[in-house]
Amino acid sequence: MREKILYILGIAALLILAWNINAIARLPEETQQGVTFKIIFFHVPMWAAAVTAACAALLASVGFLVTKNFRFDAAAVAVTEVGLAFTTVGLVTGSIWGREIWGIWWTWDARLTSALVCWLLYAGYLMLRKAIEEPTQRATFAAVFSIFAFLDVPIVVFSIKWWRTQHPAPVFWAGGSFPPDWTMHFLWNMAAMLLLGIVMVAVRLRQEEAQREIDSLRRMAHAL
Amino acid sequence: MSAVAVDGVWKFYGDFPALRDVRMEAAAGSCLALIGRNGAGKTTLLRIIAGFSRPGRGQVRIFGNQPRETETRRQIGFIGHGISVYDELSALENLTLFGRLYGLGDPRRSALEWLERTGLERVRNGLVREFSRGMRQRLAVARAFLHEPSVLLLDEPFTALDDRAIAVLQTLLRQALAEGKTVILSTHQLREALELATHVALLNRGQTAFCGPTTPEMVADPGLIYARYGEG
Amino acid sequence: MGFFRQVLTIAAKDLRAELRTKEAINASLAFALVILVLFSFAFDPTEDTTREISGGLLWIVYAFAGALLLNRSFARELPNDCLDALIAAPISGAALYLGKAVANFLLVFAVELISLPVFGIFYNVRWTSQFGELMLVLALGTWAMTVIGTIFSALTVNIRLREVMLPMLTYPILVPALLGAMQLTTALVAGRPIGPDTVAWLKMLIGFDVVYTAVSLVLVETVLVG
Repeated sequence: MREKILYILGIAALLILAWNINAIARLPEETQQGVTFKIIFFHVPMWAAAVTAACAALLASVGFLVTKNFRFDAAAVAVTEVGLAFTTVGLVTGSIWGREIWGIWWTWDARLTSALVCWLLYAGYLMLRKAIEEPTQRATFAAVFSIFAFLDVPIVVFSIKWWRTQHPAPVFWAGGSFPPDWTMHFLWNMAAMLLLGIVMVAVRLRQEEAQREIDSLRRMAHAL
Repeated sequence: MSAVAVDGVWKFYGDFPALRDVRMEAAAGSCLALIGRNGAGKTTLLRIIAGFSRPGRGQVRIFGNQPRETETRRQIGFIGHGISVYDELSALENLTLFGRLYGLGDPRRSALEWLERTGLERVRNGLVREFSRGMRQRLAVARAFLHEPSVLLLDEPFTALDDRAIAVLQTLLRQALAEGKTVILSTHQLREALELATHVALLNRGQTAFCGPTTPEMVADPGLIYARYGEG
Repeated sequence: MGFFRQVLTIAAKDLRAELRTKEAINASLAFALVILVLFSFAFDPTEDTTREISGGLLWIVYAFAGALLLNRSFARELPNDCLDALIAAPISGAALYLGKAVANFLLVFAVELISLPVFGIFYNVRWTSQFGELMLVLALGTWAMTVIGTIFSALTVNIRLREVMLPMLTYPILVPALLGAMQLTTALVAGRPIGPDTVAWLKMLIGFDVVYTAVSLVLVETVLVG
């Protein structure tokens, strides 16, 4: 039953995306930046999903430390992985955008730099998990690190922004006007991204729980 | 109230139960020998009693309190697989350090006293890394007994001890038991343990297979317990 | 025994053990020296270029040399299972952590103080004009590194690839603190006292230190005992 719901949600998300992409492609091009401006339809929702993932990871981590229930741990890793995936795509699309507009693949502007540091933080979380074999210890330590990482995010964003105010660098997008009728497509994309994110998290959750069962069965087999 | 009460303790590593519903008690002044095969869970159980990790389910009570409470920690002396003293410090510095951490009134004097009782008086200013193995182990014993704990938890204490260290430990344990202190020791060496033990508990695959007082037939034939209650 | 006495006992123990062998502190100093030399090949150390990057250069040296010392922090408790004895002792996890943090701080600070004149000589930079404020920034930045490095040392003490994991986890978290320290140090070495355009960095650094010290003190018991 759960699987069917997941399939339906997944297909719904993809359909919305497909329909939306089609509609966006037909929208008139923005005067200054041409067709690449439309990347904002995907870029910003991806960041929104990544930020949501970070908050969810914090809640899951605190939840595990308080309840010691492994469901929270599974949620934390699922949400962080999906968030990391969104962040990666966000960074890559941001880089492509920069290449189109500015001719450079990367610049240390405030948003990209902050995103990169946050990417490092959450990649670190996943690396830490890989390095610990014992499940309870892994869940506990990962949860502690997740809390440290989450607290860092606002400090990172603020300080890098302040740094870039003092030492300006090329900014990858300055905005441009956003006609009101585009807002609807934007919001649809936002919804589709979040939906896609939820589906991926759910799939990852099931995989994580199955993995835990296998691990414990393996331990029991060794003990016999 | 018993000195140490283990009540329905489970310990999970992930979903795997290393300890399953373990129940045992040790009354004050008794010596409990904890025996079992490798992997049965002896070390896991001892470390939970000592407060190094928390049980997944159930609880441990030492004189009615939790092991991790500050006052209870003062009552516990633990010897694990390592000697738990610093190589770069001298014997005296090590014991004085632990004396301070345990809040002893005169750490240095207690340290000197215990160095004498374990036969390390003459090497008190020597660095531990220069000590022989037997000397290191005697220092470990001194460290555990230093703060006069009421409960002694020893994880395979006779393994790899030299004769002098074994003698020292046995003397100290007998004195401690005579003073009404409680000892729980896990061991493979049934013979040495059964000389001291008033009670025996057998762990098999994380469960208590047997728990009761030592009988003369056990002392005469230590393998009996395994034969009767163990598996294989 | 009072909390602060426990902290001092642990700190004294760590310092005594380290100063007796001097293994880690020598390695750290040597490493700092080597990095300073290597950087002189990376760019032409004229006075102007050096002045622009002095903060960045110094804090990279400090961060890498410091990591060597911070890694040892809980790792030194592993031989002979000393960590068990410390956890079993009737001291709070917070006292154990703070004691180690204080010892680490003093050791890393010592390495930094020795590296400063070496930097001045090699790169022909006068750094003493804002000495008091520079010391303050050094202290705040070092405490940030110490606070994070010590708790993560506890976190990584028993896991695989500890030497790699510690820097990987610590540096990203430290980005804002290092950034602030670098900005402030560059300004101070160039002779500009902390003013309206740099005081925000100072506040951020202080905030960082306070927040993470508090969080670490709260979470350390979970890390040690679980």
